[in-house]
Order: sequence, then structure tokens, then C-alpha cells
Amino acid sequence: MMKLGASPDIAEEITQETFVSVWRKAQQFDQRKSSAVTWIFTIARNQRIDRLRKERRPALDPNDPLLVPNKTPTPFEELEQSSIVKNVTASIEQLPDDQRDVVRLSFIEGLSHQEISARLKTPLGTIKSRLRLSFEKLRLSLGDFQ
Amino acid sequence: MTILHHPGDELVLGYAAGSLAESWSIAIAAHLTYCPICRHKVEAAEHVGGSLLGGLEEEALAPSALDLVLSQIKGVEQEKPEQWQASIEESSPSKQESILPSALQSYIGNDIDSLPWQRLGNDVSQYLIKTNDHEAKARILRIKAGRPVPSHGHRGRELTLVLSGSFEDEFSKFRAGDLEDVAEETVHKPIAAAGDDCICLAVTDAPLRFKELIPRILQPVLNI
Ligand SMILES: [Zn+2]
Repeated sequence: MMKLGASPDIAEEITQETFVSVWRKAQQFDQRKSSAVTWIFTIARNQRIDRLRKERRPALDPNDPLLVPNKTPTPFEELEQSSIVKNVTASIEQLPDDQRDVVRLSFIEGLSHQEISARLKTPLGTIKSRLRLSFEKLRLSLGDFQ
Repeated sequence: MTILHHPGDELVLGYAAGSLAESWSIAIAAHLTYCPICRHKVEAAEHVGGSLLGGLEEEALAPSALDLVLSQIKGVEQEKPEQWQASIEESSPSKQESILPSALQSYIGNDIDSLPWQRLGNDVSQYLIKTNDHEAKARILRIKAGRPVPSHGHRGRELTLVLSGSFEDEFSKFRAGDLEDVAEETVHKPIAAAGDDCICLAVTDAPLRFKELIPRILQPVLNI
């Protein structure tokens, strides 16, 4: 599922753990609130942080009394969850190769921006601007114009 | 409350991808508590991860594994439509009123006054947060109302999230929920607003560079 910059064995273990978690937590999953692949991605990502980096993943608590709620519905709250992922997928396919590579190394291999810079032998500033540009395009594909 | 200072997209993307180190991630997660705009961005970025994962499935997995999982999910779907949103994990039972967002409470509890503060001179105290992060350090700073933090430059990056009170530096004013991102080479002298102490979360990846002598001498001892 994820190469994770890890040995195949560890990547396999993380994949297994992810599936176990997905099964265990399946009841908490609400299709109206998110797409299944995105939900699975977040679980796999957290497994990777836990197993590979041995760090914790600081997360938001939706019941935090300090949480400042949304004033207005966000642009893609009204989109069907399945069409969100379709739009993003189409938009990723249209990215120039150099931008798509950086996005993939970051989200799928879990490399930090510095590690991507070293891997591609490209200055850190260039990596960051490729990420920013691709994110702008991806958000536009969601009708997000901020 | 209007948030005026947000993390850049590059930090939001690193947080969503899971590639941002733990200490920086604490600052982002805590900022999200105050900021619907950035919550929305993180959600969008997580869909990028989801889309890539969906496209990856065929090459790396037994072909039907993801489908199988998805069909299991559909099987239990809506049985118990509990809250779930991108980037929001297990919620904990209701907590005592605190100025600390939950992302921070999970590290240091909810009672800021009972922390074993370490004095940095007369006006500033700090509490170093224990993480497993080897790249950056996170600390809570308490600056006395109306008092300055000694002028300092940076060898690396410094993220400061205001938790209560406010501070001002040469560049702008920062209130609860605002995140200041100070780059290498910048010298600034934050001053807490009069009235209440300013409590903030500060994350740095290299020791600060103090201009004045006393803080410079104390620096190695105090681990700042
Ligand atoms: Zn924000």
C-alpha cells in the first residue's frame, strides 16, 4: 500500500496494521463526512508515523471546548464525497510530472520536504514551491478559491 | 476571534501528509482548534493522500484488498453514524476548562499553573515539552504582561502559537490562535501586551541567537 521509505517487511507490517485498524474502526466511519480512501489514508499515515518515526501524531479533538466552529459551510461540504476524490484524482493526473512526483513522495512515501530535496537533488525552496503550486491547483479542482 | 496569522501551505501539507516532525505538528494541530480555514485545508490535503492511495492500490496490493476493505465499510455504513471528520482522531471525554487545546493537553495536562516552570530571567519562564522528535523542540513560554522576550535571532525556524494573552513584535500583533512563522536570519523582540501574561507554544529547530550577554550565557544551561 505504501512504500513509506521503509524496508518491504516493515511496509507490509504497516499495511497489515492499517487494515486491522480500518476493520476495527469501520463503525466510526461516516460516508457522508469523508471518502473511504481518504479515511484509510489517514489511518495508514498515523501507523507510519507510529511505527517508522516512533513519534506521536498530535491531532485535533472535535469535542474540544476551545474549538472555533465554521461560520459558513466550506465550499466542498456540499460536494459528494465520492466526487471530491474523483476531482482530486483528475487534477493530480493533470499536474506536471515534477509537481506530481513531489506530492507523491510526500504523501505516499512520507518523506519530509528536506528528504525530498535530497532525493531529487533539487533545492528545498523549489520543492516547497512545487508543493504550493500543486496544492493551489488541487484546491481549485474542489471549487476552493481562497 | 479572527485569526490573522496562519501556517503556510507547506506546513499544512506536511502535517496532512504526515511528514512534518512531531513538534511542528503540535503547533499545527493546536492552531487547527482555532482556525476553520486551516482545518478545511488539511481536509483538502488529506483527500490528496486518499486519491493517491486509491490510484496506487493496483500496483502494490493484492488487487482486491482495498475493494474488500471498502466493501466491509459499506456493510457497516450508517449503523452508527458517529462523528468522523478528516484529521480528527479519537475524541477524549470532556475536559476541564483550560486555555490549552487538546493537542497540547495530551502532552502536558490541562493545568498550566502546576507545570514545573523554568525561569529564563525575570520576565520569561519556559516548560519544555517531551516529545520523540529529534529535529525540533517544543516549549511553552510564559511572558509577563507588558514585558519583552530578549531580542534574538534564529539559526533555524521558529513557530510561535499564542494560547492566551497577546504579543507584538516589529512585524505584527499576535493574539490567541495566531501562529507566527519566523525564518532564519530574522531578528525580533516580542513584547507581551499589558494586562495578562502571554502564554504561547514555541517550536524551534535550532538554538535561538540572543543578542544580549546574559541570556547568551544562560542559554546552554537552560536548553533554549
Ligand atoms: Zn489558520
